[in-house]
Amino acid sequence: MPKLKLPAPPLPPPLRPAPKRPGVPKQGPLDAAADAGAHVVDWVDERTSLSGGLRWMMFRKVPKGTNWFYTLGSATMFAFLSQAVTGVFLAMYYRPDAAGGAYESVRHINDDVFLGEFVHGMHKWGSSVMVILIFLHMARTFFFGAYKYPRELNWVIGVALLILTMAMSFTGYLLPFDQRSYWATVVGVNINGTGPLVGPYLSDFLRGGAEFGATTLSRFYAIHMMLIPGALGALIGAHLYLVAKLGTTAPPWIKAQPAEELVEERA
Amino acid sequence: MNRQEKEAYLREYSVLKAQGKPFFPYAVAKDSAMACIVMLAIILMSILLGAELGPKADPTTTTYTPRPEWYFFFLFELLRVIKPSELVPLATIGVPTVCMILLFLLPFYDRGAERRPERRPIATLAGIFTIAAMGYLTYMGASAGPPTQIDMPTPAAIIAQGPKVVQQYEAGRQVVAQSGCLACHKIGENGNDGPGPPLTDIADRLPAAGIQRTLLNPTAPMPSFARLQKDHPEKFNALVAFLGRLKSG
Repeated sequence: MPKLKLPAPPLPPPLRPAPKRPGVPKQGPLDAAADAGAHVVDWVDERTSLSGGLRWMMFRKVPKGTNWFYTLGSATMFAFLSQAVTGVFLAMYYRPDAAGGAYESVRHINDDVFLGEFVHGMHKWGSSVMVILIFLHMARTFFFGAYKYPRELNWVIGVALLILTMAMSFTGYLLPFDQRSYWATVVGVNINGTGPLVGPYLSDFLRGGAEFGATTLSRFYAIHMMLIPGALGALIGAHLYLVAKLGTTAPPWIKAQPAEELVEERA
Repeated sequence: MNRQEKEAYLREYSVLKAQGKPFFPYAVAKDSAMACIVMLAIILMSILLGAELGPKADPTTTTYTPRPEWYFFFLFELLRVIKPSELVPLATIGVPTVCMILLFLLPFYDRGAERRPERRPIATLAGIFTIAAMGYLTYMGASAGPPTQIDMPTPAAIIAQGPKVVQQYEAGRQVVAQSGCLACHKIGENGNDGPGPPLTDIADRLPAAGIQRTLLNPTAPMPSFARLQKDHPEKFNALVAFLGRLKSG
């Protein structure tokens, strides 16, 4: 295809584009785009110094021998992200109203909203997937002895994440406010109430009073979508920071080989 | 782990790390593949299993059994294993709390330098035992079907008292089944053995008035039936009458 060249518009001399300086290499659109990208990155980095941290995070070495078992942690985090995204979409329609609005809004999500039941199902079954993954991740950590020095603190944070995940499931179960969720939660709260010392106070706190009522639902809703997710996010951040800082373990049966030139020397 | 072992580990680890590959793109590629599998699993489950919404919550009548999300079954079943009532707080809060504390403190009491599972027999066996116990309890919880009916013959003594008594007895049986009592109590061959006591011959131990008192002011975790008495007194009376006739022999 022959190059299309537009005729120069009849502009007065001061407005005409300056003729190109000789000696400067011609820039194609791709070069210009790359330049613009580098410029944006520079702009952000000049203000945040993020690139160093990113390089530290992304280009750290992962020890020899890591296998598919090592993807369980990131998979758990991914399941959490999926829960967060689908949860936000559900929150756009959900009303924590024990008088019937809660049940009605979930019915509305299921029956009327475009892809509503699909997103609700992803949130519901995603919780099972997340719990399975977090237990598998913990089993890997346990059997590989990865909780030992120097990663003790990361194990402790991980157990806190496990408990928060279970608490997330417990508080989320009530929200559809159907028979199943209502009665399972009544029993669950009563079980908490049998605990020694703090038991009765804990179940009073969860119920928002002595009776199971409107306050209970809004309380569970607030715990489910503000308190625990915030804590989960912060602890996942700490967990990840420690993973990057201390490094993932190698499988315990992998032994460090001396460098090749040393082996040859010995032979 | 003493200082020497710590240093040996760090030395070994730094060699392994130096011989490894960078996180990006090698580990990231694996993690992304796993993320795709997780996403696919969630989407498939959502499409195949849907998001069922049961009947609306109704604090008075209950045609359901209080069942938690499946991954709490093992905790729920624990209540059934530990029977005596004075030990119930121990089962409900005690055992899980102790397990949690043991889990939190694991790296502080398991301080050996060995990491290979086959050379840490105590830890490995404890782990396998825990997984097996949780699996078994979850299976037990899942296979204890939803007990919504009570399958037992009406005793001859009740039939002999005339059709009116039989009618009340049958109505009471219906209320018991619908109230989810069988989730925690056993009546004859029906229901779960615990955490509540068996009700097969409850009338031998408690008069009807005592049963009524227990229904209105139960010990946790049993829910109170005061709302039922207020809103549907005939159902509540049938419930008391039915339970008050559960005698041995």
